[in-house]
Order: sequence, then structure tokens, then C-alpha cells
Amino acid sequence: MTTNVEVSGPRHGRRDPVSPTPRRSLRLGRLDIKYSPYLFVAPFFLLFAVFGAYPLVYTAVLSLRKNTLTGGDQGFVGFENYTKVLTDEHFWTVIGNTFGLFIISTVPQLIFALMVASWLNKKMRARTAIRMGVLIPNITSVAAVGIVFGLIFADRYGLANWLLQSVGLDAVEWRNHRWSSWTAIAFMVDWRWTGYNALIYLAAMQAIPKELYESASLDGASAVRRFWRITVPLIQPTILFTVIISTIGGMQLFTEPLLFNYGRIQGGSLNEFQTVAMYIYETTFTNNFNVGRGSAISWLLFLIILVFALINFLLVRRSVRGQTQ
Amino acid sequence: MSFTSRRVRSVAAAALTVGLALGMGACSAKKDNAGSDGSTGGPVTISLSYFGTPGFTQAVKDFEAANPNIKVDIKNEGQTKDFVPKLAQQLSAGSGASDVVMLEEGMLLQYLKDNKPFANLLDLGASSLESEYLPFKWKNAFTADGKKLVGLGTDVGPLAMCYRSDLFQQAGLPTDRDAVSKLWPTWDDYVKQGEVFKSKNLKATWLDSATSVMQPYIMQNSDTWFYDKSDKYIGDTNPVVKKAYDLGLDMASKGLTSKLARWSTDWDAAFKNAAFATVPCPPWYTGVIKERAGDAAKGKWDIATIPGGGGNWGGSYLAIPEQSKNKKAAFELIKFLTGKQGGIDAFKEAGPLPSSQSALADPQIAGATNDYFNNAPVGKIYVDAAKTLKPIYLGPKHQALWENAFEPAMQAAEQGKLTAQAGWDKAIKDSKALAEG
Repeated sequence: MTTNVEVSGPRHGRRDPVSPTPRRSLRLGRLDIKYSPYLFVAPFFLLFAVFGAYPLVYTAVLSLRKNTLTGGDQGFVGFENYTKVLTDEHFWTVIGNTFGLFIISTVPQLIFALMVASWLNKKMRARTAIRMGVLIPNITSVAAVGIVFGLIFADRYGLANWLLQSVGLDAVEWRNHRWSSWTAIAFMVDWRWTGYNALIYLAAMQAIPKELYESASLDGASAVRRFWRITVPLIQPTILFTVIISTIGGMQLFTEPLLFNYGRIQGGSLNEFQTVAMYIYETTFTNNFNVGRGSAISWLLFLIILVFALINFLLVRRSVRGQTQ
Repeated sequence: MSFTSRRVRSVAAAALTVGLALGMGACSAKKDNAGSDGSTGGPVTISLSYFGTPGFTQAVKDFEAANPNIKVDIKNEGQTKDFVPKLAQQLSAGSGASDVVMLEEGMLLQYLKDNKPFANLLDLGASSLESEYLPFKWKNAFTADGKKLVGLGTDVGPLAMCYRSDLFQQAGLPTDRDAVSKLWPTWDDYVKQGEVFKSKNLKATWLDSATSVMQPYIMQNSDTWFYDKSDKYIGDTNPVVKKAYDLGLDMASKGLTSKLARWSTDWDAAFKNAAFATVPCPPWYTGVIKERAGDAAKGKWDIATIPGGGGNWGGSYLAIPEQSKNKKAAFELIKFLTGKQGGIDAFKEAGPLPSSQSALADPQIAGATNDYFNNAPVGKIYVDAAKTLKPIYLGPKHQALWENAFEPAMQAAEQGKLTAQAGWDKAIKDSKALAEG
């Protein structure tokens, strides 16, 4: 091939697509270096454009219109959908539920994941098997998790109440109080996500040089002290990452509370555990099939997540950095 | 050589990108059915979406035997609350809906108002079928202008009261169904018997939920519920709604109800555990009980008349979405399933009482007994009750008002989270907001 190119010469090469000239090959090579990286990442951006950016923009458009699934588009209404949502106390109830559920599920989850990770970081038998084992809850179908936990926390014939009663406590009507339903749902969420976060922490912990621990223990630092003064500050970027990811996931909580109430979208008879995502679904796909209103709530949720993730980011960065000082 | 392989690589990357794009395009391409209207002679496959326990299995087999050119793909869509959003999306998207869809009465009413997504059955030849159906069922499926027929009725829901004779025996109450019927000519009598039952301190309660008396009581005593006939919201001023609410919560406060949310897992399990003694049951409900209580309870359930006289609870329709490509074949299926043979098959399989008059007159229904319910003469009980049926006007958003606004508030009051008055206020406020929203 190379000889061919040399013989045919630069002048003819242009018209001959089979054997390109050196100059052409040079140009192609430059193009390759310059643009092929973009080509390689293009699939992600194409998919994102179709499944991420387009829905985002279209939802914004819909949120400014009166539009129902059964009645179709009924014209531009400005910010009416937003004002209706913001003045509806139902919306504030579900906001409260979402934040409450986020806090009581995520805070223990991340602390527990840290503990699990530091435990997995030690030398032990069957280490890889155990490390992979903590991920099993995460690869279980969330629907199956929801159904099983729904049965465990069933009011009358459930395992949780049986345990409570066998130690002499009263049975709890799990779906009838805010605190009990939140606890049960937090169990589901944590069961699924603790192992995942623990593995991420573990990966970060393995990058910490052993010498730091050795010199600290020579100086007489206890295990607890080493954990808080060395491990936690050094994996700070990873903790930030998990906090952001958990914030996004927690704000969009949907399947667990839905299945906990046997698929009823209202989340308890007084909406005790209806999340924003469930409220969006209820507004858009049941009742009045109000797509415009649902889109407005979706956008509000998007903005809330943005702000809240930022606040969490700043808070965690400051408090974890505080540990090193 | 190296330049060649690099070139190959970039070409491959481009090809991959294009391939991805094409692949995504292909996903949205619609699958087209050959033989688009059943008259072309080739075999046609149509789909049928149902919810609940309508008993279509045998009927569809009989239909396929009678129409060898039509195959039916049956889709179980779960409960109405699962099917409602799915269908709304499919109809709005213009594709994905089955050729025949089952509509609960409340769903039908909503789609009478926004009827564009459905085919007019009169255009497909339904006009000659009028005499086949119970008159109120036929009329119910017309749009307000009377020009479009959206669905044909599968079944009607004349009321009876199902009871557990083993619990009645333990409580010292009569167990014979005629004697039981005589215990409760009115709802007041029914509550009194409930107090007698409760005084025996059995593990079971009298009724599953306070909300269970709403449908029967309102259907018996009113021809409207949340809406008047001009679709104006009257839930707050309709005296019968308040009376039914008070009746239910009165029973709850006396400890006669199990405080179970209907259609929940606990409620399902309660059937197995014999946790309540009575439950109002239209014909389609007998299938619901049998499915949940299981073989162990066979012969322990029985059927008596309901307090307070006749009324209709539930009953569904079959309709054809406009997007269907096989409307002719779909119409044949609807005609069969709502007709005599389809009605008899469904009744035998799951218990719903057909709205086809010729099926009702057939000895296979009129003389039927149900061995699960201690050989109760269900045919006679329900066909007699069907003769006394009065139609009730439910209005466009009835199902959502009831299921998503009124019932949850009533449950909250039953569970003691709200006082009876606060529960009523919330039920009215939420349902009104929904009706006007």
C-alpha cells in the first residue's frame, strides 16, 4: 500500500479515493487526532440530547401551556401552572415529605456506608466475595424489594409487627403515621444503597497511603481518631460525590414509597409519604391528566434539586475540611 | 499500514455513530399489521386489554373457535388504577393501545366527554344490537349528543351481601341465606346485627371497611353522586352522600369495621384469615372473593340479599380505540364478549352478571348455582336484583373523585387520623378541587 502511494504521486492522488496521497493522509490524520475524540464521546451526547435535553426543554414548554392527556393542548397560559402549584398546600406537603424522607434515609445511610467501608478495608478471609456481596441488594430489582418490604411492614400480618409483638411491644400501623411510614421506606432505601456507597468509599480508602496510618499509630492515635482525622478528610471528594448522587436520587424517590402503599399513588390516606415524584405522576397521569401542571412541578423539582445539591456540596465541603484543622 | 488502520478506526467510529442514530430511529418505527381490517381473509391478531377479574379466558377461546381468522392476544393490565394512566398515555400518544380495551364505568364516563380517541361503534354496525342489552347499560355509553356510542356493556353490578357462614355460626346468628336476608331489611338492622356479632368477641369484625357501604347505599338511594346531570359538582350538597358517609363512620366508631384499605395486601390477606364476616358483593365481586380467600374457604362464603333494596355497583364496557388498525375484527370480538355466549362464559368463569338480556334469560345463568359460595343460587339472586336496577348518573371524573380524593379522606377518618367532621371536610374539599381543577 505504501509503495502504491509513492508511485501514484501527490497530483493524481486527489482524484483517486482508493489510494490517498501522503498530504491527504496527513490531513486525515490531523482530522483524526482533532475530531475522533469527539466522535468517541458522541454516543453519550446523542443519547443525552434525545433522552435528557429534549425532554427537559419540552417539559419547560409544556409547563407554560394548558395541556391534558385526554383534552390535548389548550393554549399558552404563562406561569399559571406554577402559581397554581405554589399556592397548593398539597405541593408543600409532598415537598416536606421528600426532604424528610431524604434526611432520615440518607444521613444514616452514608454514615453506615462509611463504617462498612472501613470494615471492608481490613484484611480478612474471602475479602473479594464479601466486598462484592455488599452490592447484592443494589442489583436486586427495586420492584421485588418494594414488594418484599411491603410484606415485612404489612400492618396486620407482617414480619416487623410480629417481631415487635414478640418482644412485648404494640404492633404499628406502618402506613398510618408519618414517622412509621418514613422509617419503613428509609429501611428500603438504605438496604438498597448502603452497599453501593460503601464500595465507592472503599475504593477511595484504598488510595490512602498506609504510611499515614502507621505514623499516626506510632504517635499514639487510636483507631477512631485515625478514622476521623485521616480517612474521612482524605476521601472528602468521594464523600461529596456520594452526597450529590444521594441528593439527586433522594429528591426523585418514587418506586419505594409507591410500592410500600401497594401501588397507590397518594402515599397514605393523608399523603403522609407521597413524594414530589409521586405527586408529579398523580397530577400528570391520573385525576385530571394535567400534563401542563405536571411539567411545572417537574421543573420546580429540577430547580430544587439544583439548589439543594449546591447547598449540600458547600455544607459537606466545609464540615469535612473542618476535620483536618 | 498504521494510517490504514487509523482510517478504519475513524470510519468504524462514524459507522457506529450512524448506526446508533439509525437504531434509535428504528425504535420509533411502528410495527404494521398485515391484513389490516380482517376482511382480507388472512389471519389477524387483535389485542384485548382488561383489568380485574372479568373472566374472558374461556370466552376468548370460544370466540377464536368461531372465528378461525382472528387470533386474540389477551393482556391482563392489573387493577383499574394501573390501567387508567397507561391507557391515557397510549390514547394520547396515538399508538400502543390494544384493539379492544375494557373500560370501568367511571373511565367510560370520562371518555364520553373526551371521546375523540374512541371509535363510534354505531359506524361499525352496533345500531342493530340495541335490543340485546339492558336498556340503561346501552344508553349509558352514548355521548351527550346521542350520536356516538363509545362502548358496549359487558356486565352489570346488582348488589347482594356476601357473608361467612362459619363466622355467623360462631356468633350464634342464622346461617341459612334466606334467614340471613331477613336479618337486615334495612341498613339500621344491618348495623344492629353487627353489634350483636361484635358482642360475641370473635376475632373477626362485621365489615371490611367503612368505605364499603358508600357504593351500595348511594346507588340504592340516589340517581346522582358527585355530579348532577349537567356535570356540576354536588358532592357537598347531595344529602345521600353525607348519609352514606355517616353510616360508614358510625359503624367504624362502633368497632364494626376492620379499617382495611380495599385492594391492599392486608385486605387480600384478610380474606384468607377470615378477618371480617360480611361484604357487599355485586356479581363481579364473587370472583374477587374467590381469588383472595382461596380454596380453603370454599363453601364457607354464602350470599344473601343486601340491606336497603336494589342498586348497581360497577360493571364495565368494551371499547375500540380510534388508533386500532383492525376495527372490524375488534368489533366482532366486542360483539361476542358482550353477547350471549361471551356473557355466559364469563359468568361461569368469574361471576360477573352479563348485560346481555338473552344471556340473562338463559337457564345457564338464571338457574346457576355457585359451588364456591355453598351452592348459592347466584343466578336467581342476581337476575332478580338486576330487574330492580336503577341507573345512576356518575359524571365525568367520578372514578378519580372517589378513589383519589374522597376514599382516602374517609379512610383517614376511619383510621382515627381525622375526626368524622374533619374527614368529611377534607373529602369534600379535595374532591371539589379535583372536579374543578
